[in-house]
Amino acid sequence: MRIFDHMERVGDVEWVLAPHDGMLVAGRIYADAVTIDQLRREADDPKGWSAVRQLKNVASLPGIVAPALALPDVHPGYGFPIGGVGAFDLDDGVVVVGGVGFDINCGVRLLRTPLRRGDVAPAIDRIAADLYQAVPAGLGSKGALRLSIKEIDRVLREGAPYVVRLGSGIESDLEYTEEKGQAEGAEPDAVSALAKQRQFQQVGTLGSGNHYLEVQAVDEILEPRAARAFGLAADQVVVSIHTGSRALGHQIGQDYLREMAFASEKYGIRIPDQEMVCAPARSPEGQRYLAAVACGANCAFANRQAITHLVRTSLARSCGIDPETIQTVYDIGHNHVRIEEHEVGGVLRRLLVHRKGATRAFGPGRGDVPAAYREFGHPTLVGGTMGTSSYVMHGTSAGMELAFGSGIHGAGRALSRNQAIKRFRSDEILSDLTAKGIRLLAHDKRGIAEEAPGAYKDVDSVVRAAEAAGINVPVARLRPLAVIKG
Amino acid sequence: MPFVYLDHTADLAIRAWGSSIGEAFAQAALAMFSKMIRTDRVRPMIAREYTLQANSLRELLVAWLAALLVPKDVEDLVFSRFDVDVHTTELGFELCGRALGEPLDAGHHEPSGEVKGITYLGLDVREETGVWYAEFVADV
Repeated sequence: MRIFDHMERVGDVEWVLAPHDGMLVAGRIYADAVTIDQLRREADDPKGWSAVRQLKNVASLPGIVAPALALPDVHPGYGFPIGGVGAFDLDDGVVVVGGVGFDINCGVRLLRTPLRRGDVAPAIDRIAADLYQAVPAGLGSKGALRLSIKEIDRVLREGAPYVVRLGSGIESDLEYTEEKGQAEGAEPDAVSALAKQRQFQQVGTLGSGNHYLEVQAVDEILEPRAARAFGLAADQVVVSIHTGSRALGHQIGQDYLREMAFASEKYGIRIPDQEMVCAPARSPEGQRYLAAVACGANCAFANRQAITHLVRTSLARSCGIDPETIQTVYDIGHNHVRIEEHEVGGVLRRLLVHRKGATRAFGPGRGDVPAAYREFGHPTLVGGTMGTSSYVMHGTSAGMELAFGSGIHGAGRALSRNQAIKRFRSDEILSDLTAKGIRLLAHDKRGIAEEAPGAYKDVDSVVRAAEAAGINVPVARLRPLAVIKG
Repeated sequence: MPFVYLDHTADLAIRAWGSSIGEAFAQAALAMFSKMIRTDRVRPMIAREYTLQANSLRELLVAWLAALLVPKDVEDLVFSRFDVDVHTTELGFELCGRALGEPLDAGHHEPSGEVKGITYLGLDVREETGVWYAEFVADV
């Protein structure tokens, strides 16, 4: 039987992969018809990579407590599919490197400004050029913050608050950052000297690939009350920063992949595929990895904080405004594993929740949502793809039950990089964007085709699917004015 | 070119080959760097030596490729030429390798994307009719 023979459509945008062949729980996929077709094509190709097969692998891991989830932006990753969520029991469950990825706490920070679209339109070229200068990006770029190894340890332990204390930020940045910019349980000793050495020059750098900095305008308000709470209004200019934990996170991932390969063997864990190497959550290996992930998360928070400061300074100067009027709406990661409290079958439990290419999306009333947003749930930030829209959404009470309070993180890729290069040309994309009034400044000229908007799924339908599933509510659609890429 | 980029939706899948394990590993490294920079423009001016051990060839491939990613962050070095020898030991396998390159010159080397790490997805080292293949997926 093919894997799709075990799939059943149970709702408008909801499919269930029935437990079979070693699966301990079901898989549940929230996706629209276009995505399901794509998943089916992948699954039918025995040589290709399949997100549904990866979801099946997640559902086969020890200690998983409820269906393994795939959100509407699902596509194949390594280990978990991207857009994958898996919650595990703290005593019997495992922690999986492939459930987090190499770019630990990669995420998006959204800044709002007092500017209107009309204020920046005449000067957008200069504003974009200033930001391009101000924010280091691309391979080999170096951050403005010069840190010693001792200071790196403080970044890893303290996260964004440390950067704010160094003078790069304001207190409210922290109030509106997930976990207040400081992940719990960080232990710098769990991070190798090599990882720290690699990070030395990279705090405050954007990186490359799909990372970006965008100046955007609020194109449409979709949920006025929540938008008001988030400080967003139509035509307002905002800035999105998409980046992660840079080389430090990458090295933590590489170090622990190896360590987990040993641990899987040592503890005799039956893993469905080598890409799912893992350790018992309670084992010394599992605990050390969690401490290292918290360090990686702090590094990413600190990185987005340092870039926020650069953006704030540059934009305030370019536009002649007070820097402190540029404020953080929210900062949220989409690659992590954390201990969280969730209700399962009517019982409140502490669980280890992995989200790979998925954000947290806590609904109304949760204590860890900033007070000003508590009536709605915290914002989730859905990245667009150069020419297309980004979205601000928020979590729901239903999403807490259906998806451990998780949200989509972007459109999700539809084409491989190879296919994108064959289909698109960088110079044509550049002129298409210019024709749409979007400035693109890229350090990496060759990579533009790989990141072409057409290489991704349609973000609007992915957002609609998340809304139809009842897990996320769209609050505002953002349209890019200028895109800066690594 | 003794390597190809395979289709993976999000990441970079590579198949490299050669007449020996060492050659396949060298081509794998070249394929990885060719994704990040114009390797044809990187002069083999500076050498870095590597001695690595692992209990499987797959682990050894990951260790080799992961090690090569470090100098770009620590000393700004990128590579374009690789000499690799792999032999068996009592405990498994040992690699003695050399990577040659020069400091990154963003204007000249045209960097494009960045390999974040080497995954275990689709990881394979095998011999078929006298040809050694090294296959891996890198997170980009």
